[in-house]
Amino acid sequence: MTGLVFLIPIALGMGLLGLGAFLWSMRDGQYDDMDGAAARILIEEDEPLEDDA
Amino acid sequence: MNAPASIFNGDEAELVSTRFTVPGMRCAGCIGKIERELPKTPGIIAARANFSAKRVAIRHDPAIDEDRLTQALRDLGFEAQRLADNPLGVETEERKSLMRALGVAGFGMMNVMLLSVSIWSGADGPTRDLFHWLSALIAMPVIAYSGRPFFASAWMALSHRRTNMDVPISIGVILATALSLYETITGGGHAYFESAVMLLFFLLAGRALDAEMRTRTRAGIGALLGRMGKSASVISPDGSTRRVAAADLEPGMLVLVAAGEAMAADGEVTEGTSAIDNAMLTGESAPEPVGPGAVVHAGAINLSAPLRIRLTRVAEDTALAEIARLMDEAGQSRSHYVRIADRASRLYAPVVHSLALLAFVGWMIAGAGWHQSLTIAIAVLIITCPCAMGLAVPAAQVVASGALLKRGLLVKDGSALERLAECDIALLDKTGTLTLGEPRADIAALDAETRTVALGLAQASRHPLSRGLAAALLREGVEPAVIDNVRETSGTGLTGQWHGQEVALERPEDTAQSLAACLRIGESTQTITFADPLRGDAAATIAALQAEGVGASILSGDRAAPVEAVARALGLEATAEASPQAKLAALEALKAQGRRPLMVGDGLNDGPALAAAHASIAPGTASDASQQAADAVFIGEKLMPVALAIRVARRTMRIVRENFGFSIAYNMLAVPLALFGLVTPLIAAIAMSVSSLVVVANSLRLARSAKTSARE
Repeated sequence: MTGLVFLIPIALGMGLLGLGAFLWSMRDGQYDDMDGAAARILIEEDEPLEDDA
Repeated sequence: MNAPASIFNGDEAELVSTRFTVPGMRCAGCIGKIERELPKTPGIIAARANFSAKRVAIRHDPAIDEDRLTQALRDLGFEAQRLADNPLGVETEERKSLMRALGVAGFGMMNVMLLSVSIWSGADGPTRDLFHWLSALIAMPVIAYSGRPFFASAWMALSHRRTNMDVPISIGVILATALSLYETITGGGHAYFESAVMLLFFLLAGRALDAEMRTRTRAGIGALLGRMGKSASVISPDGSTRRVAAADLEPGMLVLVAAGEAMAADGEVTEGTSAIDNAMLTGESAPEPVGPGAVVHAGAINLSAPLRIRLTRVAEDTALAEIARLMDEAGQSRSHYVRIADRASRLYAPVVHSLALLAFVGWMIAGAGWHQSLTIAIAVLIITCPCAMGLAVPAAQVVASGALLKRGLLVKDGSALERLAECDIALLDKTGTLTLGEPRADIAALDAETRTVALGLAQASRHPLSRGLAAALLREGVEPAVIDNVRETSGTGLTGQWHGQEVALERPEDTAQSLAACLRIGESTQTITFADPLRGDAAATIAALQAEGVGASILSGDRAAPVEAVARALGLEATAEASPQAKLAALEALKAQGRRPLMVGDGLNDGPALAAAHASIAPGTASDASQQAADAVFIGEKLMPVALAIRVARRTMRIVRENFGFSIAYNMLAVPLALFGLVTPLIAAIAMSVSSLVVVANSLRLARSAKTSARE
């Protein structure tokens, strides 16, 4: 029974952490451009470096 | 990386952000090109592309104006249009608040379920009471927050003495919560907190899917809009010009309309000769020459040379606004359409409520005492609460609209899909709908050398014939020749120098043939003819529509002869020279006969008909107003999405009905248990999740069925 004193707050805390992360990522615009995020990994970011070298 | 950033930090406050819609952004390369190349233009600090919404936000020096930014984007090969200052509509806000509510409900459901599973596994005595209290502490705020969309909608319906799907939902959730709270306080055995929260979670998932579908397709349509003139350059008495928003224009003002600009109000030309493209208003593809004294309408695009225009009618008085008013009135009837979910709830809600009442009265008569009778009545309400029903419609419609989106058809909302499925007769406009709506050049007679010269000249102009010629040549892989001193003379054509010879692309001598151009290289001349060809799959689409039992006919505003030719080629009945009012009347007549017409059209003259039809589809090249009036927009050169829309919409409705069948079957199994007081919270939770999963799985079958029907 005493285990519950720790386990329940931990379970709730982790749940709240997840909820907080979700709300934050939504406010931050992480879900505004889902198709773009998929396309962006294909962009070569290294090109300017090659020019420098 | 840090150093340049800190240099700009000082100016940060003075920078401004402007947003553009860029429909041509199609791949990762486009994002990279825009974000990497734009900041190389002096004054532009950064660019950020939103691929889903086809928008680009540019941070720049306020000294740079809109035209320079548009030009910078055009130099990269992208047509761009500035977005209005308040692009974040109510839609996005609604979707976001639904997603927040869904997140909160998900959090609540997981934690309450954790506690409930312990109770079901045998926790009792003080542990059970503690867990009930904890569940109550988590569930009450979650229900208060996540339930708001349903409570608000139910209250709205009740205060108008109507009922909708949200009324039984709200009553079920509120009663379940109240009973559970009572059980918790009195130390009773059954609390239904997890059922109430789970119900909200599944229903919110349905709502969120519905909202997601609407914003996704509206973003796609929004990217196509905005070509209409929103402001004009007004010439002051001292000769200087300033930009004035369309709403602030006044009759009598003198405005300067540059080549390529759209008119923002009606007026009369006072100076300059040019050609205007009236396709937005009339659907007529041939450009119309104008000179001093000619009357031009808002929405027309000036093609070749600057014009000075004295405004006659502005804002609400323009011919454009007149058609918009007709559309508004015609669209009224559509708002009376009752969606299938609401029709179902009209039948369902009374049954559920009388069952619960019967259970209460029955158990009271049987002498069970009011506490037990009430518990059983509420168990009936919870078990019959239309959880899977809330998912039945949106789950199917989201999958269907996603599948259609991949085939180039944007359906605006679920109601549109429902109405598309019911259509039994189709009326099609000719120009721009059955045909491509843009002149295509016949270049078979040209040899390689003349092709390069023709392309070099044609590229320099925005005239529809030049653009059609350039497009045809580019498709053949022709490289443009370098032409010096290219000049465009309004009404005549283009001239230039190539290898010391004079070359020209002009209006032919024989003016009877309006859709033709004359290519002159030195002394030799050649005539290039243009045609507005039928869409390649027009006949196949009509056949596919007929296979679905939807007969088609042509309803066009164009002259009788060309309409007759198209009608004969496709074997259809046709009505020609129909005014917007006549088109509207034709649709009203069909509706009066009890038919459900589908209207497919693009021009502004089709607008009222599009708004009045039972369902309507417009091509992506249609005027803004028509796209807004239509239920769906198709992109590309194929007409087949129109037939596909009907077929997929009908399949969707079949799946929706199956979903309703499934969820009612589940409830019918569970209701007897509830009536005899055998339903525990565990059974309620299982019935709810299994029926929801079955409904979602059944809806996913649509993704495949849309694909196979496209392959046929």
